[in-house]
Amino acid sequence: MNKTPLTSRLHLPLLLAAAVFLVAVMPMLHAFGVIQDLTLSLWGKYICYGILAVSIDLLWGYTGLLCLGQALFFSIGGYMMGMHLMLMIGKLGQYKSELPDFFVFLGHTYLPSFWKPFYSFPFAVAMVILVPAVLAYVFGFLAFRSRIKGVYFSILTQALTYGAALLFFRNELLMGGNNGFTDFKTIVGADLRLPETKRGLYIASALLLVVVVAFCKWLTHSRFGLIQRAIRDSENRVLFSGYATANFKLFIFVTSAIIAGLAGSLFVPQAGIINPSEMTTEKSLEAVVWVALGGRGTLVGPVIGAIGVNAIKSWASRAYPDYWLLILGGTFVLIVMFMPKGIVGLPGQIQGIIQRWRNKNNDEAPTVTEKSTATDP
Amino acid sequence: MRTRISQIFTRCFTIALLVAGWTATAAAQEEGKPIREVIAAATVAESSAKQRELILSLKLKPLPEAVTWFDQWKGGEIFIYKDAAGLATPVLLSGAADGGGAFTTIRVSDGSPLLAADGSPVRIKPKEVEAAETDSGLRKVMKEVADLVALADPDLAKRVRAIQDSAIGQKAEKLPALQLLKTTEKHPKALRALDESISIIQLRSSVAEERVAALSRLGELHSLSAFDTIKTILAESEKAGDKAMIAASTGALLKIERHISRINAAGTAFRGVSLGSVLLVVAIGLAITFGLMGVINMAHGEFIAVGAYTTYVIQNIFGAGLKLSPFGFSISIPGMSLGEGGMGLYFAVAIPASFIVAALVGIVLERSVIQFLYKRPLESLLATWGVSLVMQQVLKLIFGSNNVQVSSPSWLSGNWTVSDIVFGWNRVFVIGFAVVIIVVTWLVLNKTSLGLLIRAVMQNRNMAACMGVRTERVNTMTFAFGCGLAGLAGAFLSQIGNVGPSMGQLYIVDAFMTVVVGGVGNILGTVISALGIGIADQTLQQYLGNPVIGKILVLGAIILFLQWRPAGLFVTRSRSLD
Repeated sequence: MNKTPLTSRLHLPLLLAAAVFLVAVMPMLHAFGVIQDLTLSLWGKYICYGILAVSIDLLWGYTGLLCLGQALFFSIGGYMMGMHLMLMIGKLGQYKSELPDFFVFLGHTYLPSFWKPFYSFPFAVAMVILVPAVLAYVFGFLAFRSRIKGVYFSILTQALTYGAALLFFRNELLMGGNNGFTDFKTIVGADLRLPETKRGLYIASALLLVVVVAFCKWLTHSRFGLIQRAIRDSENRVLFSGYATANFKLFIFVTSAIIAGLAGSLFVPQAGIINPSEMTTEKSLEAVVWVALGGRGTLVGPVIGAIGVNAIKSWASRAYPDYWLLILGGTFVLIVMFMPKGIVGLPGQIQGIIQRWRNKNNDEAPTVTEKSTATDP
Repeated sequence: MRTRISQIFTRCFTIALLVAGWTATAAAQEEGKPIREVIAAATVAESSAKQRELILSLKLKPLPEAVTWFDQWKGGEIFIYKDAAGLATPVLLSGAADGGGAFTTIRVSDGSPLLAADGSPVRIKPKEVEAAETDSGLRKVMKEVADLVALADPDLAKRVRAIQDSAIGQKAEKLPALQLLKTTEKHPKALRALDESISIIQLRSSVAEERVAALSRLGELHSLSAFDTIKTILAESEKAGDKAMIAASTGALLKIERHISRINAAGTAFRGVSLGSVLLVVAIGLAITFGLMGVINMAHGEFIAVGAYTTYVIQNIFGAGLKLSPFGFSISIPGMSLGEGGMGLYFAVAIPASFIVAALVGIVLERSVIQFLYKRPLESLLATWGVSLVMQQVLKLIFGSNNVQVSSPSWLSGNWTVSDIVFGWNRVFVIGFAVVIIVVTWLVLNKTSLGLLIRAVMQNRNMAACMGVRTERVNTMTFAFGCGLAGLAGAFLSQIGNVGPSMGQLYIVDAFMTVVVGGVGNILGTVISALGIGIADQTLQQYLGNPVIGKILVLGAIILFLQWRPAGLFVTRSRSLD
């Protein structure tokens, strides 16, 4: 029951083709003018969301840890990149000051010392990785040490996100308060408004997605992944077999936080804005919806879910603003109840049902294996 | 004469002060007389000194009636009618003017109609008769009596307010009135206010001993209103190098400061308990659904909103009615327009209604979604989150996305002050409501057969089923009970906070934390953790002066607390693993 049926069935060539399409074909179409700037940026953002979804899947789908704080790591990554981008605006801001606009607005006259190193791009990238990692390490260490798991873990990560969002809403944190960061001009010297820069950012996102999916695929198919799934299914047995489950979980938690942070750092220059409303619990849960919808424990499913839901969302929230949430919420409830494997698992599920139906008709006892694949929790 | 009096205008007050002394004797003869008779006598008194004396005699009976008479006098409504014999009678006009513009009259002294010798009513034309006049000296005296009347208002709260206001500006001329009042005042609250005001005014006294004595008295009284004044005095005496005053004012300040910190501590504890009660009311339903049943109901906040909106609808049914247009239909709920009395009652109806409506929605949710997810807590979290999205949106579509107005009874806005600690009625109500809910929940769980079944099923579902308990039904009832409690919380929050479609989101994180800290499956744990979190939150807020940092620290403290007690305050012991 713990196999991830579709990924093994979904042939490698198909995956490679999808990767090539995202990384190479889309940018080429853009270069030849088939795809608009706007569409490409939109897809760039969807892909970042896809990476976020993979990070959730790694935690939830493979390790059984439902973290409602992934949006926090995503936004922190975004904020770290945002700090660099804010400093890169230089004197081009509204107030023509060396300081970022919101500092001038709040009446500060000098740059706080913790902002200064962010003039360096490599430092910012290091922070994109380090800050979410350290936060996840500290929180995860405390949580896993005291064997907080299951829903308690979810509730605590929810509280963590809530507290962080409250903090980021304050101006005293010197991180832009309510409005966050916006009006970015350049990244590593390139004008963000140029189509070439947009294409570059898109390619970077798509590459990151491919690398992350490949990495997770390798990780989950290694011996490590086996233990990971064993923890998901019965942590106590793994513990009694002599594995330090807390360390395994901590490693996964930190890895997933880093992935989410990287996704956030690529999201911000493409979205052009980052503010505390990105790090609410609702955003985390929304990302969980993508994973559940696409199919957890499949790596490809979450990406499909993230891109699909967001594409439908940007259409439906304009076409049917009143009913969009009803549809999303309703679909989500149905999927959670009846499609534990999501869209990706749907063919397998249908197959299972047909098989059982046939078996019944043939008056044969249903085989154990098929039944269990259909009712995987 | 008039000019002469206006020249001695400034001296008038000194006279009045002197008069205050011997009015006691002069007024002795006036004492039993009703105010109107005194006024009548005053209007026709031979000299303005005599007039003032008569008016000042009213100080012994500072009733609002006197002020009404003064107003009439000053407004020229009292006329002096002189009959043929030259006897002057003060009268008021009454009735309507006749054809010639003449009015019938009544006597000021007793309100009886003024009759001529032949028994026919006397009619006068206002233009032809002299009106009773006032001069500035008299007006000054009237003002003095009027001030005293205000200070002696029969309504205690107004009286205390007037006494406290009299200290503003520290004007020595207010002293005699206050001191006079002190001799007659009975109520301890008013007496205290009098003492305070007198002492504050005496801080500006020319006699040094009086000033020091006033300072020490203010210290004894823990006078908050004198705090700033004493600070000024301290600064002034430091400048002047007045040692005795410095010592006295520092002592007084110290005493008051200690009192302030005591008040703050008590106030913080009280606010903490009331915040804890809010948390408790919000979390108690969750303690049932999450704690007892293990269902993570992320839609708990929306059940709170359902309860609050039920209260809103009931209020409108009792009031002017309600027009709604959900999903393109238009629904008009007629109102009973019960007016003030009915509005007082609506809340009594809204409380059970909100429980029932939320419980019914809970039954629907349990039957349609939750029942499939009992063995999958994480999935129940996600599914109920989807449900919460849907419910929020439905509420938005029915009632609009803006907050709606739920009026709270006027008695909730008052407060109750015990030695300077303010207990707002709404907070007292919060605490009382929480106590009632806890007691009811405890009774239901421990003293009813439903409670027995609930506990049995939650402890061991299979065993209960084997004993013939219909576990499915118990599940439904339990979930409905938890949701009903959330609805009650909504009715309650509608009285102290905003009612909007996403109001539940405000409380959901806190509610979960409360239940987790308290120990899942334990009502007592929830009570203790709610009060603990409430008091910790308010205390941190008090010391840090920043609600957000306080809240974040509380969240951090909770995470650390769970290091120490991973399963919360009270652990439900069991031999099962996982």
